[in-house]
Amino acid sequence: MARVELKQDATEARIAALTMPSGGKWAMSVRADALARLRAMGLPARRDEYWRYTRPDTLTAQDAPTAALFDGKEPPVFDAVDRLRIVFVDGVFDAAASDDLSMSGVEIDRLETAAQADIHWAKDLYGVLEARGQKPVDRPLAALNSAFASDGVLIRVTGKVAKPISLIYVHKSESSDAILHHVVKLEQGASLTLLENGPAAARFNKVLEVEVADGAQFHHVRAQGRDHERRAATHIFARLGSESLFKSFTLTVNGMLTRNEAVIEMTGDDAVAHIAGAAMGDGAFHHDDTVFVTHDALRCESRQVFKKVLRNGAVGVFQGKILVKEGAQKTDGYQISQSLLLDGDSQFLAKPELEIYADDVACSHGSTSGAIDMDALYYLRSRGVPHKEATDLLVLSFLAEAVEEIEDEGLRDEIVSRLTGWLARRGG
Amino acid sequence: MLEIKNLHVKLEAEDKAILKGVDLVIEPGTVHAIMGPNGSGKSTLSYVLSGRDGYEVTDGSATLEGADILEMEPEERAAAGLFLAFQYPVEIPGVGNMTFLRTAVNAQRKARGQDEMSAADFLKVIREKAKTLHIDADMLKRPVNVGFSGGEKKRNEILQMAMLEPKMCILDETDSGLDVDAMKLVSDGVNALRDAGRSFLVITHYQRLLDHIKPDVVHIMADGRIIKTGGPELALEVEQNGYADLLAEAEAV
Repeated sequence: MARVELKQDATEARIAALTMPSGGKWAMSVRADALARLRAMGLPARRDEYWRYTRPDTLTAQDAPTAALFDGKEPPVFDAVDRLRIVFVDGVFDAAASDDLSMSGVEIDRLETAAQADIHWAKDLYGVLEARGQKPVDRPLAALNSAFASDGVLIRVTGKVAKPISLIYVHKSESSDAILHHVVKLEQGASLTLLENGPAAARFNKVLEVEVADGAQFHHVRAQGRDHERRAATHIFARLGSESLFKSFTLTVNGMLTRNEAVIEMTGDDAVAHIAGAAMGDGAFHHDDTVFVTHDALRCESRQVFKKVLRNGAVGVFQGKILVKEGAQKTDGYQISQSLLLDGDSQFLAKPELEIYADDVACSHGSTSGAIDMDALYYLRSRGVPHKEATDLLVLSFLAEAVEEIEDEGLRDEIVSRLTGWLARRGG
Repeated sequence: MLEIKNLHVKLEAEDKAILKGVDLVIEPGTVHAIMGPNGSGKSTLSYVLSGRDGYEVTDGSATLEGADILEMEPEERAAAGLFLAFQYPVEIPGVGNMTFLRTAVNAQRKARGQDEMSAADFLKVIREKAKTLHIDADMLKRPVNVGFSGGEKKRNEILQMAMLEPKMCILDETDSGLDVDAMKLVSDGVNALRDAGRSFLVITHYQRLLDHIKPDVVHIMADGRIIKTGGPELALEVEQNGYADLLAEAEAV
């Protein structure tokens, strides 16, 4: 059988095993469109251009491989932060554990409820930004998500929100398979900080669509769960209006397989988009950041900063692209991906890409793999800092450029405390 | 304080002998200077004493207050009271100077069984010491040595020395890359630390540093050995006549 047919069969088998949630007119229509996209693309396979470094089979298989629960005693991240909590347990909204969803400057609806209505504001964004992000690179797991997501939140921000909205993903069942889809719409001049944390499920497929209107500001800080065996495929699709700001940071510690895709489209002049990630992996850890930033307006600035610390056979992947469209003059694009390999067994695979059709732009990119700087280590030790502590300090120093992308100091401290916690749990 | 006997050292990578029998005794409270031409082994001596990788001691010993330091890890030597002011201080992006200093101070206190210094106490002490070295708040906040000028790096070394209060300070070409004013500042910082319980080993090419930091004993090092030892006048002799005469004299012996 030809590869195409094999792919089609696998996709149909997966679709057959899923149930599309019922809903109102708008929801059924966007879900049907998404399903059609998925059928046209087929699920990812190893030979697909953007899946060469990451095996998709456990993400596409009918059944989620089981994942043991994290047994650490550390309290969850962001515990000390004043925030509006929205809790999902194995992908299902938990009203009892969540705060009241009303807050000034913002409207929050559950996808499950909103989907029952005949019309909802989210119809212009749900699956729409995802569909835009399918060109020129297929993202079939995101289309699958749009078609079959059972829950999520739809957030419309109209003003300045008093505290961050925090999505908490609790993992309780060792065989859970969760599909969540969130939409965030920031109206002109509005601003929001969105937090996400937790492993969510044994296998987690999540899409976050964000529209940042003119002059709006979106801050996103995410800490992906610590469960050693969890698997996740996540997508962020963002569209930025003029003079808007988008800042996203993700911390990943542990997790057998993580694929984080981000597709950012800058459509208004003078917009700023920063996306950063810090990943620390030990042993059976495969972490993939696949990023696509499109400049389609004047004087926009984008930064991609991805750092990975790897040991004991952990694998890091970075596929990052900056596309500067014709006419997107005065673009300022920056991309850096680096790995710190703590031993000879670990691996970092990077594919940086620049595609530029405007002639007055400044774009730079770099990718490096390296070990601990022995001169710096000796310098620290000569001042009395023990070997393990000195190494930890250098690991934190390596990650600093990514972590510093978090503007809020309190949130940054939360992330740093996770990093030090991870380092403390590991031996020397 | 520091006693070095018949120290032989080779470079691990090249199997090349660098130190060929160094003997040196530094009494408590004294300042010794080592001068010598390039490649004589001065910096190697400082690296071997502080525990840098890449050197193999093939013979001899080095003790600090009777303890064999060559068997110790670099951090243990530091906790025992040894300090090396680097010729080329290392830049560490992402680690704040203050964080670095506090980590170091507290690590040493911990190693000696003392309580950690509180953040408030530490801040008070460091501010005071930084002020005398003309190190401003910005330099304390910035990442260790990143973007520092040559003079700032050397002042930062002396600040670390002042905070860690070592017993045995080795200064490896601390004068290199310094202008006259910076040299004065650094020397004043060093002189302020001189006391009966602390010793210094000052490695330099030039006599002018020794105008500021007055040595009790001056050694001339050449080809991995100390070939001559004398008082401060020996440094002046080198300044006037160069090393040629001394080297010829050593050959003749």
